[in-house]
Amino acid sequence: MSFVIALAGNPNSGKTTLFNELTGSTQYVGNWPGVTVEKKEGRLTKYREIAVVDLPGIYSLSPYTPEEIISRDFIIKQQPDIIINIIDATNLERNLYLTLQLLETDIPVVAALNMIDVIKKRGEYIDKDKLSQNLGCPVVETSASKGIGIDKLTEEILKIKAQPFIRKKYAYYDRRFEYFASDAEKIISGIVSNNKRWYAVKLLENDQIVKNSIKLDECLSAKLMQKVQALEKQFDDDCDSIIADVRYNYIAAVLKGIYIKKTDRKALSVTEKIDRIATNKWLALPIFFIVLWAVYYISVQTVGSFTVNALDGFFKNFAAAAGSLLNKINTANWLKGLICEGIIGGVGAVLVFVPQLVILFLLLSFLEDSGYMSRIAFIMDRVFRHFGLSGKSFIPMLIGTGCSVPAITGARTIENKKDRRMTIILTPFIPCGAKLPIFALIGGAVFPDYSLVAPSMYFMGIFTVIICGIMLKNTRMFKGEDAPFVMELPEYRMPSAKGIFIHMWERSKDFIIKAGTVIFAASCIIWVLVKFNWSFEMVQTKHSMLASIGKIIAPLFLPLGFGNWQCAVATLTGYAAKENIVATLGIVLGHQKEADFAAKVAALFDNPAAAYGFMVFVLLAPPCFAAISVMKRELGSLKWFTFAITFQLVISYTAAFFIYQIGSLFFYGGTAMSSVILTLLLALVFIYIIIYMFKNKNCKNCAKCAYKKCTHKS
Amino acid sequence: MEVFFSLKKAVKNGITKKESTLKKARAGQSLTVVKILGKGNLRKRLMEMGITKGTKLYVKKIAPLGDPMEITVRGYQLSLRKSEADSIIVT
Repeated sequence: MSFVIALAGNPNSGKTTLFNELTGSTQYVGNWPGVTVEKKEGRLTKYREIAVVDLPGIYSLSPYTPEEIISRDFIIKQQPDIIINIIDATNLERNLYLTLQLLETDIPVVAALNMIDVIKKRGEYIDKDKLSQNLGCPVVETSASKGIGIDKLTEEILKIKAQPFIRKKYAYYDRRFEYFASDAEKIISGIVSNNKRWYAVKLLENDQIVKNSIKLDECLSAKLMQKVQALEKQFDDDCDSIIADVRYNYIAAVLKGIYIKKTDRKALSVTEKIDRIATNKWLALPIFFIVLWAVYYISVQTVGSFTVNALDGFFKNFAAAAGSLLNKINTANWLKGLICEGIIGGVGAVLVFVPQLVILFLLLSFLEDSGYMSRIAFIMDRVFRHFGLSGKSFIPMLIGTGCSVPAITGARTIENKKDRRMTIILTPFIPCGAKLPIFALIGGAVFPDYSLVAPSMYFMGIFTVIICGIMLKNTRMFKGEDAPFVMELPEYRMPSAKGIFIHMWERSKDFIIKAGTVIFAASCIIWVLVKFNWSFEMVQTKHSMLASIGKIIAPLFLPLGFGNWQCAVATLTGYAAKENIVATLGIVLGHQKEADFAAKVAALFDNPAAAYGFMVFVLLAPPCFAAISVMKRELGSLKWFTFAITFQLVISYTAAFFIYQIGSLFFYGGTAMSSVILTLLLALVFIYIIIYMFKNKNCKNCAKCAYKKCTHKS
Repeated sequence: MEVFFSLKKAVKNGITKKESTLKKARAGQSLTVVKILGKGNLRKRLMEMGITKGTKLYVKKIAPLGDPMEITVRGYQLSLRKSEADSIIVT
């Protein structure tokens, strides 16, 4: 087994930057607490035999979030050979809280006093030798972003590697507390062999997960409980706060006289100056909307649409060139078709969005790395909470305007499981870049005089997120206490170009890989389905396998006003990539002049209300296969995945249904009597479902009920 | 009568006249933590983030929509929802 170093530290302390410096690899770094969600592995640049594991940022070793569980399990169960504890020197007290817990284990710890350049710039001073003495572990001054102290850190690692040791001396917190701690250690000494001190403190803290992980028999368990109770009695407090108190008191003692802060704090720091405007009572929201608009305008409107058009032309030429080349070498017709139309056409249709996404991700990375994203969460939390989301849900939703795939992955930064699930389920309702051509096509064909029809899809998307959020929040699955929203607001930083590019690349990679795998496969399959009939002869589209499948499912869309096989087929091909819907309509209606095409598209729908319904259906239906596969991965359970897909199907169908039926009734002279009855019936079912969901509301959460209960008691 | 009950409740929760919860604090106030009410993860998380007995807090600002609030604790900025701040007793 190779020598393993674990990097542990608070979120946003510069761990990932240090990891990149140590290993020379490129991991993505953000100025957003909790960026690393999976542990990442690399090897030291100069000493390849030493493995480095970058753990997710944690505040403590008591786990609430998936990140904390990953980190804690790795440290305690995998027993790395060294822990490098990255300490944000500008936030010493809180960072040392984790350090103390790491020092409770038996694993050698090297503390990296990071961002030391900021401390020096501020004119502050930390006596690192005395800190090292007080903590009982080597302390190295580093600045990961400037590459300072990396050699020193490597030196310390090599020193410990040459002479491994097991910690014997632990921090002595408080005389009374230590008395109980040593007792607890004695109690468990027969059960655990490693990290006794850590287990002892954890057990005094009454950490249930730790308690269950070691096999305590009833007798020992009772003995421990006695100790915990005695401890609580001695301190006249509960065990949680006793331990937090003794640790923080110890930190205060450690830092006494070795940390010279600048006391004259009259001058505002840069962060304070920016925040005076950025989170100002009156200016915050306008600034936020301007930033949002600028991001959208640059990435989607100007630069975005230019590159999309340019690349679109490029792929058409490329397909033509490939076609003539294949002709020359006498390729079979079907293979030529598969390569030119199926693969180049299909994957090309997705790749044209890459520059647009890259720009979007570049801008979002800047916002994230600079620290503004946390402020967005701060400003918007109040709004989002009402829909069962948190301020942090905003970022995935924003990324979702580009592509749902990185958006859903981005939902990992949300600590609370319920919020995260909700965000994953609702994010696909935000229209992604691939859906825009559909809206543009149908909006232009059916509503040529109303330019607002296409943009109205954004409002429909947001509206649906809000409605569904409120609905789901009150269901049995999502009800319950709001998750804590204890969030650090990091200092603003000027992001480094390298950092932004890495970050942007990580996100874009997701999308490009999707184009290369899922969309590639789906394009091939759909091409075959469109071109062949059931006896595998090449035929026109209307006789193809897909057309016959379309004819079978088309009646399902009759109540929506577009019960023809063309629309059904287009919806199906949309699962490879949503922009395929436009291409498919082009194929099944036959290529022709633009005006004719528009008329033919319009003729697919019973009336304009049906066309609008179709747009909404496309908007809200489950996303493309790539996004669906990411949803499955991120939800992590088949039950939740099935729920999410079913929910999206039901919502999209219902919305399209009501838009068509009600729209027809009011604007286009009504529909058949049977439809009216059907509408009423479905409306009743829908209302019943909503009422049923609200009924499940837990009384404890409702202020009224809680109040009532109180009066009963007193 | 109501006053009596609210006073009784306050005494039961260990809040005397001078003390109140962080939720009620205004921007620009400097406060000291007396204790953290409640149970479970939130309480533990608050303490881990450095909000322990005797810690000095400075209420920096309230978010534009009235919630959450930004406080300075142990030299860094923390965002807290008012519902969470309600469990922190301060003087």
